[in-house]
Amino acid sequence: MDRPATLSKEAHVELLRKMLLGRRFEERCAEMYALQKIGGFCHLAIGQEAVSVGAMSTLEPDDYIFCSYRDHVHAIVKGSDPGRVMAELFGRDTGLSHGKGGSMHLFDADHGILGGHAIVGAHIPLATGVAFAAKYESRPQVVLCFFGEAAVNIGAFHESLNMAALWKLPCVYIVENNRYGMGTSIERASAIYDVAQRACAYDMASETVDGMDVLAVRESVGRAVTLARRESKPTLIEARCYRFMGHSMSDPVHGHYRTKEEVEEQKLKDPVRGYFQQLSSQGIIDQAGLEQLNAEVRTIVDAAVEFADASPEPPASALYEDVYSEPYGPYTRSQP
Amino acid sequence: MASRVVMPKLSDTMEEGKILRWLKQEGDKVETGQTLAEVETDKATVEMEAYTNGVIRKLVASPGDTIKIGATIAVIGSPDEDISALLESAAPPPAAQARPVPTAMPIRATAPPQVVSHDAATNRALRASPLALRMAAEAGVDLNALQGSGPQGRVIKRDIEAAIAKASASQASAAPAQPVGDVQEIVLSSMRRTIAKRLVQSKAPVPHFYLTVDVAADRLWDAYRALREENYPISLNDVIIKASASALKRHPEVNASFAGDHVKQYSRVHIGLAVALEDGLITPVIRDADSKSLADIAEEVRELVDRARNRRLQPHEYTGATFSISNLGMMGIEEFSAIINPPEAAILAVGALREVPVVEGGQVKIGRRMKMTLSVDHRVADGAQGARFLATLKRMLENPLLIG
Amino acid sequence: MPLITYRDALNQALREEMQRDPKVFLMGEEVGVYQGAYKVSRGLLQEFGDRRVIDTPITEEGFTGVGVGAAMVGLRPVIEMMTWNFSMLAMDQIINSAAKMLYMSGGQFRIPIVLRGPGGAAHQLAAQHSQSLESWFAHVPGLKVVAPSTPYDAKGLLKAAIRDDDPVIFCEGETLYGSKGEVPDGDYVVPIGVADVKREGTDVTIVAWSKMVSVAVKAADTLAAEGISCEIIDPRTLRPLDEAPIIASVQKTNRCVVVEEGWEYSGIGAQLAYLIHRDAFSDLDAPVTRVTGADVPMPYAKNLEHLATPSAARVVEAVKQVLYID
Repeated sequence: MDRPATLSKEAHVELLRKMLLGRRFEERCAEMYALQKIGGFCHLAIGQEAVSVGAMSTLEPDDYIFCSYRDHVHAIVKGSDPGRVMAELFGRDTGLSHGKGGSMHLFDADHGILGGHAIVGAHIPLATGVAFAAKYESRPQVVLCFFGEAAVNIGAFHESLNMAALWKLPCVYIVENNRYGMGTSIERASAIYDVAQRACAYDMASETVDGMDVLAVRESVGRAVTLARRESKPTLIEARCYRFMGHSMSDPVHGHYRTKEEVEEQKLKDPVRGYFQQLSSQGIIDQAGLEQLNAEVRTIVDAAVEFADASPEPPASALYEDVYSEPYGPYTRSQP
Repeated sequence: MASRVVMPKLSDTMEEGKILRWLKQEGDKVETGQTLAEVETDKATVEMEAYTNGVIRKLVASPGDTIKIGATIAVIGSPDEDISALLESAAPPPAAQARPVPTAMPIRATAPPQVVSHDAATNRALRASPLALRMAAEAGVDLNALQGSGPQGRVIKRDIEAAIAKASASQASAAPAQPVGDVQEIVLSSMRRTIAKRLVQSKAPVPHFYLTVDVAADRLWDAYRALREENYPISLNDVIIKASASALKRHPEVNASFAGDHVKQYSRVHIGLAVALEDGLITPVIRDADSKSLADIAEEVRELVDRARNRRLQPHEYTGATFSISNLGMMGIEEFSAIINPPEAAILAVGALREVPVVEGGQVKIGRRMKMTLSVDHRVADGAQGARFLATLKRMLENPLLIG
Repeated sequence: MPLITYRDALNQALREEMQRDPKVFLMGEEVGVYQGAYKVSRGLLQEFGDRRVIDTPITEEGFTGVGVGAAMVGLRPVIEMMTWNFSMLAMDQIINSAAKMLYMSGGQFRIPIVLRGPGGAAHQLAAQHSQSLESWFAHVPGLKVVAPSTPYDAKGLLKAAIRDDDPVIFCEGETLYGSKGEVPDGDYVVPIGVADVKREGTDVTIVAWSKMVSVAVKAADTLAAEGISCEIIDPRTLRPLDEAPIIASVQKTNRCVVVEEGWEYSGIGAQLAYLIHRDAFSDLDAPVTRVTGADVPMPYAKNLEHLATPSAARVVEAVKQVLYID
């Protein structure tokens, strides 16, 4: 894995482009939700792009990721087609899960995206299991497991990290610490403020990193991925970031649990703008270049919305499909 | 190009929002992402953003207004274009199409068709097991006359069985009615009473129509004679049963029942054969007659008829027919029309085999003819369908090798 | 044919399937070094090593989730629940992950996992260790639920479950492990979703599964001496249920008794009674009767436990009730 100093200009611009794509996509999702094209719950990752982009820039194509319900940007960055992601959000047959999953359940087997899970922390054991399987079959694959800081208090987190450390599994646990579990700040939910400290309960490697700095995240996760691939050991990474929108589209940007001033202050550390400014000061890209990138990603997002909008809903027959893999297979026989 | 600003959906359960205040006024320039207004939803007070660039041309809603999501609250466009069209049709977009909810998994009928009790005179408050109700209806037993041996006087299977046994015993010992003058009043057995009731129910609401054919039974007669010479115990009736079953398989529209708002078509063929008893009629059923051999049918008919005459038929042996045959040929009847047994859709009336002069190749010869009349429920099949079935049956009987 | 115990039948199935397919592994508490809490996995660690027979910490939710994750990428885990009582800790993984993954992903991720262990009561294990939860799992679309009653069924069904590509809840029984039956050597499969007529009869249909089959048999023997002929049907699989033979039997006998160890309210017998009502209504001479566990948490005292559990005597009484015999 390259050290940041040796990243080519093209590679830097590509990272910026991915962050812009995630940002523009999520903004469009907000609009689409307000227009009722997206239903149910919709959790946006605006402000947290550096974590997913930085982390996944360290992966090989056949590595796996697991995320919580705040999964749109993760899916796109890992390689899912934005049109199929938007179609899934619109509940159409052309969506990644044929409209059966929705915003919280994005799955893409072709790109190693294993969901998209809605029960807080429940995917942490799943990610651990995939890491177990990789080791079982002696495959040099690594699993990144993303979740929020509120998930570290649930039992499944504890059970999983214990087993990962005990059995030495190639899983990197990335805590996207955006300070708030819905409306509850970390101070009011966790006895320990520094999430990464919990790793010592399992004798596990850990790091705390600035989650608004894409290159810092890339470096930190890069170390963990190397440790996992070479020595099959897990790491807990705490990426400190901030979400600029509410917990979900049902949640105001600010209100009871955080002030407008706090949000405005955090917006000054916008990871996309920050990275652009860094690259700009190094002469890697200028304002015109940024405009062009923006135009490119806008075109992609527009096309995604158009594709989704033109797609049909799943047929009624889809209701009973895929409940079982083979309703009447060779080892299961029941009267049709 | 001007566009409408609509009340956005800002929470998963939001249906309408209240404008608290506008942060932009008419004439103000606005860019994507800038706050337009504060809106109160069912969950919180939220800031609403603009999704396009332009100038606020019109604020359609006022502070304090409660607006349904999707309805227009403002128009954004260029400073001097005509927006009257947008203001006119400020109706909310059509609600998301109601998704068609697939109907529940169809209930799979596994049981063969059952005869339903039409006895409206049965006292509804009488407690009887469903099985007892069914058996009573089929055997013509009057539930009102029974004392149930189940809990709380429930009439159950053994009570009906006992009633049937008693009825057949008492038939034998029923005293003949005394003639009064020229009129003899014959007390109806419970069986006759039920037959009477059910057939009126059949004739009245079932629109019958009748189709008659005269079957050239020469080959049939020859084949039958040949088998008899071999001491093969087959009767002509057995052949008619088998041929009917075979023809019904080819014409399933006639192997059916009217069921109110649909027709039930059966894939299996069960032939009921009318058997005369001393004081009435019963129709033992040959199940799956199409797949049984002639020899098997003959044996089964013999056995069922014998038991029918001795009143030892079980309910499942005289119910469940999909088609019936009545043969009065042995009594010399040339031709007659039978009444359909509900809930079947047709019945075949077979007349006697007659030697008659026929014209063949310009010459008069002796031929054997047999008339058959098919009664059909017009709600289930029409003339052409009945005729096609009857034509197939006729062809089979005229060429017995076609049967099967 | 060899006569072996239910426990050994399961052991054979596990061993043969692990030999047959390198993707099959066994995971759970005490399955390795301890040789299995109930010795079902005896000898497996020695034969296959600790890569394939894995002892876990006490983490039902955690290791069930690990199993589901491994299944997502193609392994075939057999996860042992030391008893089904402890599965409640893993409910989220079983239902929200295992049962629903294929559907939520639009068909992308199969979960070929088997969760197996003993359920129901044993002897005076009290309220938290005596539960029959199969109706909880049978309620969920996406799960298959199996409950073999004999060694023959146990071996064949465990093989079918391991080879099946969907999550299978495999319910054994502590008091069944020592029971003996004829089991052929070598490979054979009992398909999931096929019921078995354990005894033919004409006067009443008794439906029973798992431990209750032997209770039904005992009752049937008592009744036979009084001239009553009982037909005993063992569904073997509770979801998907093989309805046809049960309906056909009730059409023949006109009456049905369901014997189940679980609680009465919305137990599997309630579903069976509904199906019989729906498909054989006019063949019923009496309402379907159920003999179930008492509607209480299992008490410890021996006499109370006996009262709380279905017995052959209660089944005899129920049969006589549906036959209207005093």
